Amino acid sequence: MKMHRFLFVAAFAAAMAAGLLFGNFGSAKASGDLAFEHQEWTFNGIFGRFDRAALRRGHQVYQEVCSSCHGLSLVAYRNLMDIDFSEEEAKEIAAENEVEDGPNNEGEMFTRPAKLSDRFVAPFPNEQAARYSNNGAYPPDLSLMVKARKGGADYLYGVLTGYEDEAPEGVEMMDGMYFNHSFPGHQIAMPQPIYEDSVEYEDGTPATVAQMSKDVTTFLAWTAEPELEERKSLGIKVLIFVLLLTALLYAVKRRIWSKLH
Amino acid sequence: MLSPEKGIGKWIEDRLPVFSIARHSLIDYPTPRNLNYWWNFGSLAGITLVIMIVTGIVLAMQYTPHVDMAFNSVERIMRDVNYGWLLRYLHMNGGTMFFIVVYIHIFRGLYYGSYKAPREILWWLGIVILLLMMATAFMGYVLPWGQMSFWGTTVITNMFSAVPLVGEDIVTWLWGGFTVGNATLNRFFSLHYLLPFVIVGVVLMHIWALHTVKSNNPLGIDMKGPQDSIPFHPYYTVKDNFGLGVFFFVYLTIVFFFPNFFGEPDNYIPANPMATPPHIVPEWYFLPFYAILRAVPDKLGGVIAMFASILILFVLPWLDRARVRSARFRPIYKQFFWLFLVDCFVLGWVGANPPEGMFVTIGQVATIYYFAHFLILLPLLGMFEKTRPLPESIAASVTSAAVTSSKG
Repeated sequence: MKMHRFLFVAAFAAAMAAGLLFGNFGSAKASGDLAFEHQEWTFNGIFGRFDRAALRRGHQVYQEVCSSCHGLSLVAYRNLMDIDFSEEEAKEIAAENEVEDGPNNEGEMFTRPAKLSDRFVAPFPNEQAARYSNNGAYPPDLSLMVKARKGGADYLYGVLTGYEDEAPEGVEMMDGMYFNHSFPGHQIAMPQPIYEDSVEYEDGTPATVAQMSKDVTTFLAWTAEPELEERKSLGIKVLIFVLLLTALLYAVKRRIWSKLH
Repeated sequence: MLSPEKGIGKWIEDRLPVFSIARHSLIDYPTPRNLNYWWNFGSLAGITLVIMIVTGIVLAMQYTPHVDMAFNSVERIMRDVNYGWLLRYLHMNGGTMFFIVVYIHIFRGLYYGSYKAPREILWWLGIVILLLMMATAFMGYVLPWGQMSFWGTTVITNMFSAVPLVGEDIVTWLWGGFTVGNATLNRFFSLHYLLPFVIVGVVLMHIWALHTVKSNNPLGIDMKGPQDSIPFHPYYTVKDNFGLGVFFFVYLTIVFFFPNFFGEPDNYIPANPMATPPHIVPEWYFLPFYAILRAVPDKLGGVIAMFASILILFVLPWLDRARVRSARFRPIYKQFFWLFLVDCFVLGWVGANPPEGMFVTIGQVATIYYFAHFLILLPLLGMFEKTRPLPESIAASVTSAAVTSSKG
């Protein structure tokens, strides 16, 4: 019997290892020689949570720095209330933007201040306008950025802090490109977005490049996985239940099979 | 309850013998008494299929199969539908678990010779299920309409252009147009919804065939009398339930804590026909076959080799001529079994990497070995391998094993 149990565990272990192997080889090659390091994130690990103060600061960085070029089209203003913005605050943030609505009773389109139910208003009406204003480059929507890149939050933080004033010797830079040691190919069309004191934090936190990068990455980790906290806390309860149930089933199994021996 | 003597139960039983059929196949069904935990994976696969169908039906209620809306409708499920993220992650990772479970189930069959007479049709039906699963999984991966969805579809459907003369026409017919587009997405959604029910039908036939020829067992010898078997219930119902608990622990750990582990980040970028991702990789469960496809320098040859790598399983019962089923009594086959398993892992590893440098050679050697296993090694082993003596009966073996283990 011991042997069987061992084999059973081994089977699952082998299957998992297979997955890990393929999964990792799949991901290893695309990150290649990029230099970004693992950071400590409060939302990692099975008890992971988003740091509310960091989310608030990160939102401020997004608003004041990123939002002039990057959209957040999957997030609605009402979602801010999920991370402890008050209804008043969320309404205020929404109302700072104008959206086109209509047609009204006279058949005319009109603009109005954005409401809680609106998604974050995009900086450009379409891709062509965005490219026209950005030297031909298209600033991608940031809603899912943390999920859509190998390395996730570490990658994003790496890019934001990975700018170097001058390309290393021997690297030929293309026109309008900036050297970044964390970006694939090291040449990025986005100029360094965050400098010392780019924003003045409402909570008085010193606005260093590292601090702002960390905060906005936390904010974008939330926009990518707004379900993360609920998922992890439910997951722990579910797994404890499954573990107890399985132990019980094992005891029943032993008991029933003991009749045979 | 399942042998009604009177009342409404008897009334139904006399007209449609549902109770006796249920009793016959779920309770009394005589099962070898020596099945080990590798035999759990059949019922696990069946349950995974049910989970996939249930979560899939609910997801389809919220999903929009249109190139302009599919990506956002999936994100809407993730963000705005109550527990939509849970449903989607269950479905997404359910596919991964389905393949893990089915691959283990298949390799168990290979190890214990479960494909040999009289189980050939049972084995065939299993391969048909595998092929249907692959088609279903491939089309399901297209639905979120991310970059990997789009480019994966483009690459895989383009394979058919290798068919001589009518290749291009077949591809146009598959796409429903001249590029991968809305018509493609719509038909894949339609078929992705249909095929699982076809799988259910083939699974029922698989079980029907199983109950006709009865389960194989680790010794690979037939049941010779009542002393060799035990009723399915309660012995294997409880054992399967315990296995199900372990399965759920693994599955739900992935769903709740590593939901995107098996996925590609690129699929969170909306499909863009103008931008090709640097590396187009299929889902992990296709990687060994992808490696075989790319191992052959000729396009048509690669496609043929890839399909042949699965279709060869249909003739396996005749390629392996050994009379003895279980690898326990086939010392040499046992070693080649493990080598073959390693070969499949190597193919998977090659499939995950770009076809450059050493991966080309490794992929070609591993592909040749894959086919040599079936076409050269197995027929030769059937002729020359000296098998070990088989035990007299399952019961005899179980009792002597019990004596040995109590001594040790």
